[in-house]
Amino acid sequence: MAEQVTSSNPGRYATGSAATAERLITRIILMGVAFAFLAIFLVMPLVIVFTEAFSRGLAPFLENIADPDTLSAIRLTLIVAAISVPLNLVFGVAAAWAIAKFEFKGKAFLITLIDLPFSVSPVISGLVYVLLFGSTSLLGPWLKMHGIVILFAVPGIVLATVFVTFPFVARELIPLMQEQGTGDEEAALSLGANGWQTFWFVTLPNIKWGLLYGVLLCNARAMGEFGAVSVVSGHIRGVTNTMPLHVEILYNEYNAVGAFAVASLLAGLALVTLVLKTLLEMRYGAEIAATRGH
Amino acid sequence: MEVRVSNVRKEFATFPALHDVSLDIKSGELIALLGPSGSGKTTLLRLIAGLEEPTRGQIYFGDQDASHRSIQERNVGFVFQHYALFRHMTVADNIGFGLKVRPGATRPSKADIRRRATELLNLVQLPGLENRYPAQLSGGQRQRVALARAMAIEPKVLLLDEPFGALDAQVRRELRRWLREIHEATGHTTVFVTHDQEEALELADRVVVMSQGRIEQVGTADDVYDHPTSPFVYGFIGDSSTLPVKVENGQVWVSDRPIGLPITSGEPDGPATLYFRPHEVDLLDDCGGCIAGTVVASRRVAGTRRVELEIGGGRERVEIELPIEHAATQKSRIAFRPRRWKVFPTA
Ligand SMILES: Nc1ncnc2c1ncn2[C@@H]1O[C@H](COP(=O)(O)OP(=O)(O)O)[C@@H](O)[C@H]1O
Ligand SMILES: [Mg+2]
Repeated sequence: MAEQVTSSNPGRYATGSAATAERLITRIILMGVAFAFLAIFLVMPLVIVFTEAFSRGLAPFLENIADPDTLSAIRLTLIVAAISVPLNLVFGVAAAWAIAKFEFKGKAFLITLIDLPFSVSPVISGLVYVLLFGSTSLLGPWLKMHGIVILFAVPGIVLATVFVTFPFVARELIPLMQEQGTGDEEAALSLGANGWQTFWFVTLPNIKWGLLYGVLLCNARAMGEFGAVSVVSGHIRGVTNTMPLHVEILYNEYNAVGAFAVASLLAGLALVTLVLKTLLEMRYGAEIAATRGH
Repeated sequence: MEVRVSNVRKEFATFPALHDVSLDIKSGELIALLGPSGSGKTTLLRLIAGLEEPTRGQIYFGDQDASHRSIQERNVGFVFQHYALFRHMTVADNIGFGLKVRPGATRPSKADIRRRATELLNLVQLPGLENRYPAQLSGGQRQRVALARAMAIEPKVLLLDEPFGALDAQVRRELRRWLREIHEATGHTTVFVTHDQEEALELADRVVVMSQGRIEQVGTADDVYDHPTSPFVYGFIGDSSTLPVKVENGQVWVSDRPIGLPITSGEPDGPATLYFRPHEVDLLDDCGGCIAGTVVASRRVAGTRRVELEIGGGRERVEIELPIEHAATQKSRIAFRPRRWKVFPTA
């Protein structure tokens, strides 16, 4: 009660009791620790990325970005995101729909399965595809015979990215759709709408902000994924290098400006994502409140 | 449209929510499903709508078996307990939704849909609210919009689940009268669910009393109030008092004495329970065949006095209603006989 009073009326701080003053000190210390931590572990690296990228001025930065291998890495990253994000949007909506609106056997198992990419190391996720499609695997000889290339090529990278980013949309939507229940859909059906119309006119508008939020997170991860992609990519310069992989290669070649230039693009993406996410949360907080898990 | 529910059973997993329910609903009738929470009212309503499939039995619309028709094919107007208005659509778009989703050939033009929405808003007495969103409406207004939306598709049957359940008492009473008027104006066959007996008795042509997944009795308000056919209905509708009795030699007995109630409709001999309304009793001065007891509690309720009597040496208690003028002092002795009553054999 007292807390509500002080927080809604800052003027009371000055005349507050000893207990209030003590709480104020505690609060300042806690906030100080949190901000110091954020500054050291989040803000500083971000600042370093940008200062290093521009350490020799704008021209070398642009030169490095314009490098054909870098451009190819950017292109590949965009392609991978452009394929895996829509796929996971569809998968995610379908899975969340099934889980939230229907009763069926094996539901708990499906939910666990959706969480799997969160609970295993991305490197393992990548290795699974190597074991599945590699030349020594069961499928390997058959794939080779038919001239299908998955590993160390774009399909492998897309598969690994899809796997790693699968949970984002589904996890965002499941609690939201569960909370909304099936009432609106039943109302639409009773008014004569078919399944597609019900989804398009009723379900989708109800979940659109949560969906956008999930897609945003999914996209950030799809562009930034390193571990799983690293295992299946083969690191062929200009062919199978995504931006995160390219950063590592440049860095290992002691091209600090190049590495940080590409890294700054990724960091920029992260910042844009963060801003959009914050805006969404501010504007539609209540509608997407259900999940704060990740 | 006539609706016939024929020997319908509904199980959820293995739990039977409805046992062998049959019900004939006449065309143009306003019928209430009345029963305590969990008695299966909503389940029956959803079965009629096609939101659930019966485990066994059939549902006929007219002469046609509709049991396996989808909800879209049944053309029913369903008003959900919590309205289920589409929150991102305006009131007009909510009402027009059922017309907008019609297939090409039968879909009215945008202007026609808009006009229809306005007409319906006038019918439900909410003129001018076309462009509001559901969140900007009061509970009673949402209820009316939900009804307008259901009526927009010109349904054969109108189904309402606890239509006034979430509203405060004042609005409830208002909307009750209003629903009756709408029903008379439009003539839809209408089924509504309620757990409020006053609502059911006042509003419905016929009341279906339900308990534990079964229909206990179907009848007019007078039927179910004056001639309850089961102990449940006697107890559920209106106030009732009960007393354990014995049926023997064509008489009702309370602890070895006949109480002056002759058996007329052939109830079997043996232990039974006597049911009567607390206000339908005659006080007697002299007890040669009556129920007599001593006053243990007395309280005034509005225009009458409710008195609790101890009968037969304190083993049983009954409640009766007396005029306020009656003193009903503690420990005083009162003799009475129910004017209207019924005995049901003890199971
Ligand atoms: N979808 C469902 N799954 C399992 N049990 C249900 C379901 N719907 C209703 N029931 C059960 O069926 C019984 C009747 O429910 P319902 O028809 O909602 O009762 P009422 O509307 O009279 O309160 C209740 O015991 C309820 O728990
Ligand atoms: Mg109910």
